[in-house]
Amino acid sequence: MEILDILLSASFWAAVLRIASPLIFATMGELICERAGVLNLGIEGIMVAGAFAGWMAVYAGLGLWPGLLVALLTGMAFGALHGLLTVPFGLSQHVVGLGITMLATSSAYYAYRLSLPEVTSPPRIEPFQPVHIPGLSDLPFFGEALFSQTALTYLAFATVIAVALILYRTPLGLALRAAGENPSAVEAQGLSVTAIRIGAVMAGSGLMAMGGAFLTMSAFSSFFFEMVNGRGWICIALVVFGAWRPGKALVGALLFAGFDALQIRLQQTPLGADIPYQVFLMVPYALSILALVLMSRRAEVPAALMTPYNRGDR
Amino acid sequence: MPDLRPVVLKLEGITKRFGTLTANDAIGFALHKGEVLALLGENGAGKTTLMNILFGHYTADAGTVEVMGQALPPGQPGAALAAGVGMVHQHFTLAGNLTVTENILIGTRPLWRGGLGRAEARARIAALSRDFGLAVHPEAKVRTLSVGECQRVEILKALYRDARVLILDEPTAVLTPQETDALFATLKKAVAQGLSIIFISHKLHEVMAVSDRVIVLRHGRVAGEVATADTDRHRLAEMMVGAEVRLPAPSLARPGAALMELDAVSTPPEGTRPGLKSVSLALRAGQITGLAGVSGNGQGALADLVSGLVAPSAGRFEVAGARVERWSPRAALQAGVGRIPEDRHATGSIADFTLTENAVLEDYARPPYSRRGWMNWRAARAHAEKIIKDYDVRCPGSEARIRLLSGGNMQKLILGRALETAPRIILANQPVRGLDIGALTYVQDRLIAARDGGAAVLLISEDLDEILALSDVIHVMSEGRLSPGFPRGTKTPAELGVWMAGQGFDHAA
Repeated sequence: MEILDILLSASFWAAVLRIASPLIFATMGELICERAGVLNLGIEGIMVAGAFAGWMAVYAGLGLWPGLLVALLTGMAFGALHGLLTVPFGLSQHVVGLGITMLATSSAYYAYRLSLPEVTSPPRIEPFQPVHIPGLSDLPFFGEALFSQTALTYLAFATVIAVALILYRTPLGLALRAAGENPSAVEAQGLSVTAIRIGAVMAGSGLMAMGGAFLTMSAFSSFFFEMVNGRGWICIALVVFGAWRPGKALVGALLFAGFDALQIRLQQTPLGADIPYQVFLMVPYALSILALVLMSRRAEVPAALMTPYNRGDR
Repeated sequence: MPDLRPVVLKLEGITKRFGTLTANDAIGFALHKGEVLALLGENGAGKTTLMNILFGHYTADAGTVEVMGQALPPGQPGAALAAGVGMVHQHFTLAGNLTVTENILIGTRPLWRGGLGRAEARARIAALSRDFGLAVHPEAKVRTLSVGECQRVEILKALYRDARVLILDEPTAVLTPQETDALFATLKKAVAQGLSIIFISHKLHEVMAVSDRVIVLRHGRVAGEVATADTDRHRLAEMMVGAEVRLPAPSLARPGAALMELDAVSTPPEGTRPGLKSVSLALRAGQITGLAGVSGNGQGALADLVSGLVAPSAGRFEVAGARVERWSPRAALQAGVGRIPEDRHATGSIADFTLTENAVLEDYARPPYSRRGWMNWRAARAHAEKIIKDYDVRCPGSEARIRLLSGGNMQKLILGRALETAPRIILANQPVRGLDIGALTYVQDRLIAARDGGAAVLLISEDLDEILALSDVIHVMSEGRLSPGFPRGTKTPAELGVWMAGQGFDHAA
């Protein structure tokens, strides 16, 4: 019964969209990388770096949108490093990715300590505010459930559409998908696999950083250690769950966010008094694994994922 | 008589070295408009390297390429494409997750432009398909296409970009005889429309059938040039090898008892690879049984069964007259099956192991190579050195890693390893693929000798000429089904091709 009440409340749906937003950005970023053939395990750290950079830029006096741009560029810089090491140098994508995660995370923490040596609790910024959309936001129930979000949430959904359009409707997307399946097909048509893959990793890393920035610039208003808290790893699973398709990955992100919003609310019910809250915390992950098993059976993995490409190798 | 047609492509002084190996040594020639030029040479003669330089995959150490009188910048496939050079690679460069149209469209439009112009492209592809006889569904996913269809897509890719020069690298290696005929018809149409073609091959009868002029490469140099009308297969073969060629001519076989017998045996399919479908076959002592077929039609499943990697899921399977209950690689070895696997790198050897270690890979657990769980390296080394000597394996020594060996020498070691155990049944899966003529005739002679010694040999090959020359009885596989056995000399290549295309089975069944 409690579950039904929760599902019928507008605030639940608003929370789902809010929780899903950073996941959507980062999942789209990872999806672009993997479609081009590069597994980007730097995602977790790049999200931390993006969360810090965007927040710090605003704290230092920039506006919110320029701050978001700073986050994006920070992500792209780490993406460039990842791309350089994995594409032309052909190093192990696992090792490089985990290395980037550690580097980006500790760089962010280091920069935080350098710039704010004295503070015990992090300063707050004025974050993105919910956008009032005339008409839609005033609708009963749906207004609160779907149209009471900040601009970044709408931007996240727009990103899905943009990624889908680019992947399936442009020459660039075609080349990118081919690079992840059979790079020699790209090379034989006169394009540079290296440029396409590095470009994809940079663009994808930029989106990951925006996902991180959502946390400090929209969901919360300051930067904490451990605030990304494994969201990056969830996004890697969401890409698989979504069978490397933007639309399906969006569904996965919403589903995960739904479980997460549900478990928070279930903790408040009488049920929550009997069951340790850790069990509830576990629910989204357990259900995600289950969904992953059921959904990704017949998924078409990009054939050249994690395979470095060297010109002239046969 | 000099060719008065305009020169469309000119190579001069192309030299390419890989370490100490000179793959191309000052190669030069010209290609004329409307001409089919065959580039003939053994594996390792430098044909593919030369074409990869021409197309810009490699950069030459010296030399120039000119297309229509314009020098081509080195190392840029994009420049070659723009100049009108199209290449059909030996290993297809297609993305399986994309459709035919999408594959053709990759890189044909500025990347940042919106829209793909699919409708327009489809119409052009349809027109090209029709004009050149290249039937393929434009909206089919490439993953679902047959090898022949993939090749047609590769040719369409070049034609779509208005190629004036078409390079085909070993295009017939993966085709049935019928598909090869269709390809040749397409090439004739292309030439009639003023295209020029470079046809790379080591198959003499195809070169004779399709080309106007032949350039023979040997050890990275131009060994000769001749108008096709002025030569024949034997003279081409001599130019190619630099010596007179002897085709294997085995004496008449004296078949004995069936050493391995399959009666309506089936095996489960593996991924996209078909399993055996109710196959009946007897491998007889003193006989070479040849298995023809387009690759990927169940030959792998039969090889796996014979070598013990899979067990039958249905049917009766007998080895040496006794029904087999438990079948495994070890059981196969104990039953006297000697194995020459299809892929000598992936399954035949361990690249970073020494020759000694590789020589005892199948017997290491038995005396004299080990006792009570301890290796006896002295015995293993003696065994390896005996193989090296008897089978003429050219190598730095028994303690060298096998990855340093050429394909031919690696194959000789594997052959020696298999034959030294005096096997009753020999599985020879593509035993001469990629070998030069010297190594090739050596391996074939050894197989014939093993047959004469009373072994039952199963020879699997995609090269119909090899099957026809060596086999005492020929079966054809298609989609996991096996044709009846045809005794030596009773079927022409064209008749076997019908079976390879899967057509005879309906009547037989």
